[in-house]
Amino acid sequence: MNVRAQIAMVMNLDKCIGCHTCSVTCKNVWTNRAGAEYMWWNNVETRPGPGYPRQWENQNRYNGGWALDGGRLKLKIEITKNYKPPSMEDYYHPWTYDYEVLFSEKQSDQQPVARPISLIDGESMDVTYGPNWNDDLAGADLILEDPGLDGLQKEIYQQFKDVFMMYLPRICNHCLNPSCLAACPRKAIYKREEDGIVLVDQNRCRGYRYCVAACPYKKVYYNWKTGKSEKCVFCYPRIEAGQPTVCSLTCVGKIRYLGVLLYDADKVLDVAATPEVSQLVKRFIDEVLLDPYDPAVVSVAKESGIPDDWIKAAQRSPVYKMVKKWKVAFPLRPEFRTLPMVFYVPPLSPVVTTFERAYGAKITDIMPKVNELRIPIKYLANMFTGGDTMLIEQALKKLLAVRIYERAKNVAEPGLADKAKVALAEAGLTEADAEEMYRLFAIARYEDRFVIPTNPKRYAANPYVERGVAGLP
Amino acid sequence: MQITRRQVLAAAATIGAASGVLALAQNLQYLKPLAEFRETRLQYPDRSWEEVYRRRWQYDKVARSTHGVNCTGSCSWNVYVKDGLIVWELQATDYPDIAPDIPNYEPRGCPRGASFSWYVYSPLRVKYPYVRGVLIDMYRRFKQQTGDPVEAWRRIVEDPANRAAYQKARGKAGWARVTWDEALELVSAALIYTIKKYGPDRIYGFTPIPAMSPVSYAAGARFIELIGGVMGSFYDWYADLPPASPQMWGEQTDVPESADWFHAQYMIVWGTNLPLTRTPDAQMYTQARYRGAKVAVVSPDYSEHVKFADIWVPALPGTDAALGMAMGHVALKEFYVDRQFKCLREYARRYTDLPFLVILEPAGDGTYLQGRFLRASDVPELKDKVGANPEWKTVVVQKDGTLAVPYGSIGFRWDGSGNWNLQLKGITAKGEGDIDPVLSIMELGRYEKVPVKFFAMDFDVKAFVREVPAVKIGDKYITTVFDLLAAHLGVKRGDLGGDYPADYNDPKPYTPAWQEAITGVSRDLAIQVAREFMNTAVYSKPVFGKPSDPPFFGDDATPCGGRAMIFVGPGINHWYHTDLIYRSVLLLVLLGGTQGKNGGGWAHYVGQEKIRTLIGWSTIAFALDWVRPPRQQNSPSYWYVHTDQWRYDPVTTKYYAAPWAKKWGNLHEMDANVIAVRLGWLPFYPSLNVNPLELGDKLVKETTAQGIQQAQLGAYVARRVAEMLKNGEIKLAIEDPDAPENWPRVLFVWRANLLGSSSKGHEYFLKHLLGTDNNVMNREVAVEEGLVKEVNIRKPAPEGKLDLLVVLDFRMATSAVYADVVLPAATWYEKYDLSMTDMHTFIHPFTPAVDPPWEAKADWDIFRELAKKFSEMARKYLPQEAYDVVLTALMHDSAAEIAQPFGEVKDWKKGEADPVPGKTMAAVALVRRRYWDVYDMYITLGPLVVTTGVTAKGIPAFKPVESYKWLVEKNGATKAASDYVLSQCANVGGCPSIERDKQAAEAMLAISPESNGEVAYMAWSNLEKVVGLPLKDLPAKEHRIAFNDIVAQPRRVTTSPVWNGIEAPGRTYSPFTVNTERLVPWRTLTGRQHFYIDHEWFRELGEALPTYKRPMDRIMAGLLAGVNLGDWWYDEKKYRVESGGQKFLVLRYLTPHGKWNIHSEFWDNLIMLTLFRGGQVVWINNEDATWLGIKDNDWIEVYNANGVIVARAAVSPRIPRGTAIMYHAQERHVYVPISPLTGKRAGIHNSVTVTHLKPTKMVGGYAQLSWSFNYYGPTGVNRDTLVVVRPAGRVRL
Repeated sequence: MNVRAQIAMVMNLDKCIGCHTCSVTCKNVWTNRAGAEYMWWNNVETRPGPGYPRQWENQNRYNGGWALDGGRLKLKIEITKNYKPPSMEDYYHPWTYDYEVLFSEKQSDQQPVARPISLIDGESMDVTYGPNWNDDLAGADLILEDPGLDGLQKEIYQQFKDVFMMYLPRICNHCLNPSCLAACPRKAIYKREEDGIVLVDQNRCRGYRYCVAACPYKKVYYNWKTGKSEKCVFCYPRIEAGQPTVCSLTCVGKIRYLGVLLYDADKVLDVAATPEVSQLVKRFIDEVLLDPYDPAVVSVAKESGIPDDWIKAAQRSPVYKMVKKWKVAFPLRPEFRTLPMVFYVPPLSPVVTTFERAYGAKITDIMPKVNELRIPIKYLANMFTGGDTMLIEQALKKLLAVRIYERAKNVAEPGLADKAKVALAEAGLTEADAEEMYRLFAIARYEDRFVIPTNPKRYAANPYVERGVAGLP
Repeated sequence: MQITRRQVLAAAATIGAASGVLALAQNLQYLKPLAEFRETRLQYPDRSWEEVYRRRWQYDKVARSTHGVNCTGSCSWNVYVKDGLIVWELQATDYPDIAPDIPNYEPRGCPRGASFSWYVYSPLRVKYPYVRGVLIDMYRRFKQQTGDPVEAWRRIVEDPANRAAYQKARGKAGWARVTWDEALELVSAALIYTIKKYGPDRIYGFTPIPAMSPVSYAAGARFIELIGGVMGSFYDWYADLPPASPQMWGEQTDVPESADWFHAQYMIVWGTNLPLTRTPDAQMYTQARYRGAKVAVVSPDYSEHVKFADIWVPALPGTDAALGMAMGHVALKEFYVDRQFKCLREYARRYTDLPFLVILEPAGDGTYLQGRFLRASDVPELKDKVGANPEWKTVVVQKDGTLAVPYGSIGFRWDGSGNWNLQLKGITAKGEGDIDPVLSIMELGRYEKVPVKFFAMDFDVKAFVREVPAVKIGDKYITTVFDLLAAHLGVKRGDLGGDYPADYNDPKPYTPAWQEAITGVSRDLAIQVAREFMNTAVYSKPVFGKPSDPPFFGDDATPCGGRAMIFVGPGINHWYHTDLIYRSVLLLVLLGGTQGKNGGGWAHYVGQEKIRTLIGWSTIAFALDWVRPPRQQNSPSYWYVHTDQWRYDPVTTKYYAAPWAKKWGNLHEMDANVIAVRLGWLPFYPSLNVNPLELGDKLVKETTAQGIQQAQLGAYVARRVAEMLKNGEIKLAIEDPDAPENWPRVLFVWRANLLGSSSKGHEYFLKHLLGTDNNVMNREVAVEEGLVKEVNIRKPAPEGKLDLLVVLDFRMATSAVYADVVLPAATWYEKYDLSMTDMHTFIHPFTPAVDPPWEAKADWDIFRELAKKFSEMARKYLPQEAYDVVLTALMHDSAAEIAQPFGEVKDWKKGEADPVPGKTMAAVALVRRRYWDVYDMYITLGPLVVTTGVTAKGIPAFKPVESYKWLVEKNGATKAASDYVLSQCANVGGCPSIERDKQAAEAMLAISPESNGEVAYMAWSNLEKVVGLPLKDLPAKEHRIAFNDIVAQPRRVTTSPVWNGIEAPGRTYSPFTVNTERLVPWRTLTGRQHFYIDHEWFRELGEALPTYKRPMDRIMAGLLAGVNLGDWWYDEKKYRVESGGQKFLVLRYLTPHGKWNIHSEFWDNLIMLTLFRGGQVVWINNEDATWLGIKDNDWIEVYNANGVIVARAAVSPRIPRGTAIMYHAQERHVYVPISPLTGKRAGIHNSVTVTHLKPTKMVGGYAQLSWSFNYYGPTGVNRDTLVVVRPAGRVRL
């Protein structure tokens, strides 16, 4: 066992309202500058849809992530042979407008308008694609580009009566087995040992962009102005100070949770090479991620130099609870085998409704059943569990059980209390679990969402001296 | 170079692969043995570069501010300053907790607000004052010639050629940058000229929503009111005002704060897309689900809020009332008739008008009509026992058959008895005491079965007769509202006969089966949602209080917590028949006994209407500290009339009146408005066809000649105005609105984007008000077909009525693009102000992160400087004290609300009454104006605050003397130099200064009950006297919020009589809890929540009870490229049209709130435009698009007779067929092409809409149906619109 700690994130998609506040605040703090304007370190995708950059999940197109080669992990890109980073069109051509004409134009026969111009070369252009082009299912044909619909009858989701949507916010996953890191010929990418944040060294990077191609999530971007690659830095200057990332702080849906996960670095490559993806997910959670209450884990962690505060934080970690304790949060596209450290609670809603008169005839239970959900379970399984629908169903059952349990406390409807007991039992939850889940999901206080110990590295060197020269070049 | 830059990303592969890859190949980590990789990857030699991003994050300053935009968010933000520049903003997360078991409000915000800092330094920023070049050239020339700015202005506006030269240039660039001094001089010249020539009531100010920045609102309003100008309303204009609220509750709007949603256990979300429009509050919606709340969403399209639904009810657009009626049918049948619940019955008896008695009027054919409420004055044995106002005291019948007059009806409010309360007490023939009303006449054990006419208007008009239980009082049949409602809904009881449906499956009005054909929603779904809602209402446990307590009246088995909530919003409120839609939808809310209980009731969120510090704001904004009354106008009527939309308007009541209508069955909207003004129901400015200053002068001279004393001056003037109106010496301006003397002349727009956002009938604004290019393709139906009878019609219609449009803004958006003068306003990060909302109970501030850059100024400073320039010039041009004759409407919450008894219409012009000011017509007041003192009054909080006192909503006025003194200390004494102002101030021991915005904010906080417990205590004490029950224990007396407190942290308000909810610590705000728990009546006719409205107009139109009426779209649609609308419906055979070899879609057109903008704000922000499609977008269904031959992102032309839009198509299966959605407000200054149809620049979302004014919403002088600013009155209508959609092909910009 080689215990390490990482600040990991859970996004509860069941609460995501798709507002993009995370994207905008991230952009303003990090990437609103020339060379970075097309970068959205944090983006939000309406699904089903093509995502950003377009069809990022399609590794036949981009060759990102790892593949198994004779039971051994192998990067999908190879030098010079199959290097396919996204083109600008796959992201979008960034634009602005000649707003100045509204002030400067001479009196004429028509009202002036500001016209779109390229942010790359200033030439006028037509706006035909953007970073969130299919927001709320705009562009019916784009639905078909979603690989999550593989194995489903895609066309029916282009019909009003069967349409569904969900939102998928994405940042760099700060993976345990990052393919960007592995692909960098300059060794300019590293994973910080103290908190797991994966960074591109802006001094060392030479802009070869193997990382851009190798990342299966397409979360490394090439800055055409500086000639270097950049990516989400997990707001490490804030994390180091015990503050949430900007995207987490500003998430008005309170879907984001930050906390420490302890993991066994020795298990990473073995588990990443698990042949069956659904098994990979289970092993990732069961074997790689560690129980912070396990005395053996705690003991090794201390030996590895993980501070007590961090171990305590790992025990209080909302991420640990959701990912490992209750198993309601899963990694995105685990088949890429990078072992992402950002996890998602799959969305519950919406529930099937009807255009057929028969539906409502039976007054069903006040709460819906898992098999009544409108989003196909298979779709969620394709996205989060390598196709294993059972894992998704078990998670959603827990969310539903909490709802019934809490309702029974608030409503004296005859029979409801009994139904709540049954639901908890079927979901494998105790009352205490349900209470705790409720507090975390529904009350979701700031101090419960974000359990972030401050950075031990910062006083590793010589803080006595450093505080005096802090900020000076 | 350019090519390589553009291709740089596209070419990434080649560049990357070519760059010395082979040389570096040995470094590739994956080529190394796995073991080595594992060892090294966590250790990195030199991490000093990490300072790069760490330095990026560092900043120099954080200022607390927010966004002054009409979104209801009122979110506290931290604005970051680095190197002297505003760099980004992040939400503040330090809201005080309300209670440990409720989610905290952090982090309120949304992507739009998060993008705001883009504006501050953007190329769209207005940096300097601008005047249209052709205008400033003329002004400079004439001023040089005459040396006189006012004469220069006269030469411009009174010369047709000069006038046309700049009016036709409006919107067509050609700007000249000017100095502040020159801009203010030009504006002052125009104001002075207008005041002298036409009168001050030709000057109009438009700025909305004080809650989002009351000081900035007050800036212009205060100046305009001080000079006698008119302030226009906004909440009704936006169609955000729900007229059903004043109709049912006598309250503008009062709703739960969003934390109260968390207590709900059933949520019906109906016409409000919570995640999109209530972004900062959506967490309370999504998280309440984990508390067991079930969610049903009624929405025609699959949008964000549907994502969270347990049940999606996809009712067709505009049909919601039909669904509401059917749900009401289920609720009444299952919970009042089939089964009975004590708690529901008690709620109905105490808090609703259901037990009140209604007279049944003989229809003449053996059947009866729904008549008016029975009054004490109708009952011989009671009328002398009830004190004053017996016509305004409504009656119930008790179990023993005797009649009783319960306390709390509106007659008690104004009779001085102190019995205006909701105790189950009242007056009977035996005297005063406890009373015991029945809900239904059937409870008496003896009743007659009286046939009563009802009707429904689904696809056509269906009249039917149903028997109602009734008894005779004298020669009149009477019944209860409950009995009428049950019959109307079609719930058959006992042995009642008539045309009742047999069961739910009988498609007679208003069963679940009946609604199915209209809404497209299965009957079973309608039944299920109604049943679940009612079950939750009955079985949920109270959040605060015990089940046995009032207002629950329950027990452990049926605790009746009422925790079922209906969210309503613009999706159902923006329709012509919104009052009916809301009243129908809210049937469940009242029948479930959910209103006035935490976690229950209605939740209407459209517009940030709730200015919690109403008294402080209104006192300063309307200059009530110096002069009263103010001129306030309902904007819908104003724009409908002054932009000549009435001339094109085909709508009369004949399209929806009841079959039994006699007098009002073919009433044009314009005629209705004229009558409403004539009877004093609605205000209208200009009021008279003469200059009110000249009239005042003339009448005051008369009094001097006749030796009339000063004290009688007002009464004399009022009487004379009535006389002169009657004998035709003077006329109401609205009777001849196109006469030049009745045009609006100067318009100020600030904190608003009238033209780019809210102008329903946008193209008519351009044509008739501004006189510039437009896309109107309509004909003057009302003129050509003689539909309007009350108005002198002039031909041709005038174009270019407005002399001067002044716009204050920080961005060059549509209103500024079309203005004559654009003044650079400070942004929200550059000034002091306050922020509040109905969504939470906090007050928090704007503070400047930086001073306004370039030449921008805060609104308060701009109008102060204008006041200064104006006052200086007034010394020369307006040197005499002026007497201004001010006409005002019969106001709600004043004694004038009982001016016109029985809801009968008596028109003095038709000889049905005498014109009596304040009674049968507008009130008339005489106001003195000292124009040279305007600046000194502007900067001084005047003495009327403590001499006459302040108030709101009919609370007896109170005098906050201590707070006023405190303000003198805090703000310093006024810096006014005027002898008049100083002498007035000397009388009260000195006046506080409000020279600066922060001082004005401090003053608002100091004199408002919500932010000052002492003041709240005074106000509650005064209300106690009217109510006759203890109330002054409600506020926290020591509660005090000063400006610097809220800079430190948002602060929660205390319980105020201006509102209706209890704001105790730990308790979330829910409206009407004061009414249900402390027995303060609703401010309605009966004092209770109204199902029934008995005014003559309502009864003739068949709207005494809630009902469904089909949308008015086909009637309103007008010219549509020759398309025959026939019986347009959501049937593709009917809306897909082929004509002349071309294909057209004729679609229902909806304009919900947008995701990337708040109204027009943020829409032109680069970040927002980037995050979706870069310009105007219209959503259509993919199957419809395929049929039309349209692909996603194609340009389409969307038009009707009113105008044209050219936008990109967003083709999506989440949109229902037959429907086009253009999220408002998408503007015309960015990426909008020339219309192929008209050859002109295409317009905005409102280019295809028009203003319509529904007459029922105009009714005044009648209890809760009385006008008040933004409170009641006709609303603008954004729906009921059909458009033609066709491919636009190639377009040019």
